[in-house]
Amino acid sequence: MKKAKWIVPTVYIIFLMLPIYWLLNMSFKTTTEIINTYTLWPQEFTFDNYKKIFTDSTWYTGYLNSIYYVVMNTVISVAAALPAAYAFSRYKFLGDKHLFFWLLTNRMAPPAVFALPFFQFYSSVNLFDTHVAVALSHCLFNIPLAVWILEGFMSAVPKELDETAYVDGYSFWRFFFKIFIPTITAGIGITMFFCFMFSWVELLLAKTLTAVAAKPIAATMTRTASTSGYELGLLAAAGSLTIIPGAIVIYFVRNYIAKGFALGRV
Amino acid sequence: MNKTINQKAWFFVIPVFILVAFNAIIPLMTVVNYAFQETFGNNVFMWEGTRWFKQIMLSERFHASLGRQFLFTFIILFIQIPLGIAIALSMPKEGIGVPVCLVLMSMPLLIPWNVVGAMWNIFALPDIGFLGHSLNALGFDYNFTQQIGDAWFTTILMDVWHWTSLVVLLSYAGLQSIQPAYYQAAEIDGASRWAVFTKIELPKMKKVLTIAILLRFMDSFMIYTEPFVLTGGGPGNATAFLSIDLVKMALGQFDLGPAAAMSLIYFFIVLLVCWVFYTLMMRNEGNQ
Repeated sequence: MKKAKWIVPTVYIIFLMLPIYWLLNMSFKTTTEIINTYTLWPQEFTFDNYKKIFTDSTWYTGYLNSIYYVVMNTVISVAAALPAAYAFSRYKFLGDKHLFFWLLTNRMAPPAVFALPFFQFYSSVNLFDTHVAVALSHCLFNIPLAVWILEGFMSAVPKELDETAYVDGYSFWRFFFKIFIPTITAGIGITMFFCFMFSWVELLLAKTLTAVAAKPIAATMTRTASTSGYELGLLAAAGSLTIIPGAIVIYFVRNYIAKGFALGRV
Repeated sequence: MNKTINQKAWFFVIPVFILVAFNAIIPLMTVVNYAFQETFGNNVFMWEGTRWFKQIMLSERFHASLGRQFLFTFIILFIQIPLGIAIALSMPKEGIGVPVCLVLMSMPLLIPWNVVGAMWNIFALPDIGFLGHSLNALGFDYNFTQQIGDAWFTTILMDVWHWTSLVVLLSYAGLQSIQPAYYQAAEIDGASRWAVFTKIELPKMKKVLTIAILLRFMDSFMIYTEPFVLTGGGPGNATAFLSIDLVKMALGQFDLGPAAAMSLIYFFIVLLVCWVFYTLMMRNEGNQ
């Protein structure tokens, strides 16, 4: 019985890894091999697809653009959400419940609804095709999420902590930065993980709000696919590379994922 | 927790309020603007009242895409939630297996959505994809670009692949918060495995599961990029879910009025369902 338990996660992980393996497999093949034959692993192993991406600036700037606005968005979201989540977890104030639900509704707003108005709005304030525009537009769904998660973590911290600190003569901000934030680092880690994740994977808004200067890698991929023929190998290589930043982030927060969830919203 | 009444707390909320309002209210007003007017460009608008709303509410196209959307959301919730719980239950509780499982299972969550679509496209192509090739080799007549059933099967399988891990992570975290004493007590009482699940594990997971269902409902209801890249809404309109249909109408045909009216109806449906969930969730919290 104990041994059999391993089967379920193992089968599930194999199922998860199969499409990823297929993508990697394609990325090391030449275009002729992809189109003409069906092979389970590359017969002529080639790095050409990756070489193209790392030497062609239209490709690699896409990665830099994506990382740039994702990091910007994560920082803005968490910085703005920290005091707000504190307010929601500690105080009652006029309209607090309505405000909280209103914030959540924005997490529910389908990006497709906002695509066109966003384009017009950001064009009219001259922010179109900038990293700031994408970072700000992703705040629409990331800030509500960040507030929601952080509020959970903060509510789990007993209020006595605050009161003791004030008795000891701490000012509010000193308490907030010196005592409170260090006690919820796990929560902040989880929140950053989710903000990074949702900003990194979102494409509809990022694509709508950019043209050249801030174009994300994912948009570069779709445009290349349609303009320069069906270069599957190149596409596969570019796709494989988009997995790497996510994998690095997961590696750093792996301990928080299990522990963090258990402390917070759960 | 007892909260103190403090109106100054608004100052803490102001940055969040401004940032979100900047992104939500101004664009939403644009949508509302279009929904009630007819425009021929050049910023000339004519008042149309509720004509667009009537047109959308009565159109077969909207009913069809709404029906497809509900069917899709229902199927993926029905598969992902039980599957996620089952996997979380059989995951190792400690040791090296934990980070390995967590890291590998989180992988699909962090892949950009259009890459997920492209990856599944390559994976499912009948001639060069592993899935398509294998299914055809086993004697199934599988082609997701031609046959409606296959397109649905592939889209659902892709979504299960993409999002089940979220349910697993949340359920796992819920299970981790159960004290070992509960299990020991159950063992002393000679409780069956099923009783342990329904009486201890499920109640402890209730809160995370609500979050999981809520998140999965919202996200699957707005799904756009993955099916768009995988099937393009086809064959025909077979997998054109609400968002795909909406973007087609707004940016493809530039029917701004009907598209805006549809956006508002769409948003309203999501809001309504989430409000019900939210109220239920808050009531649960109040009981504890």
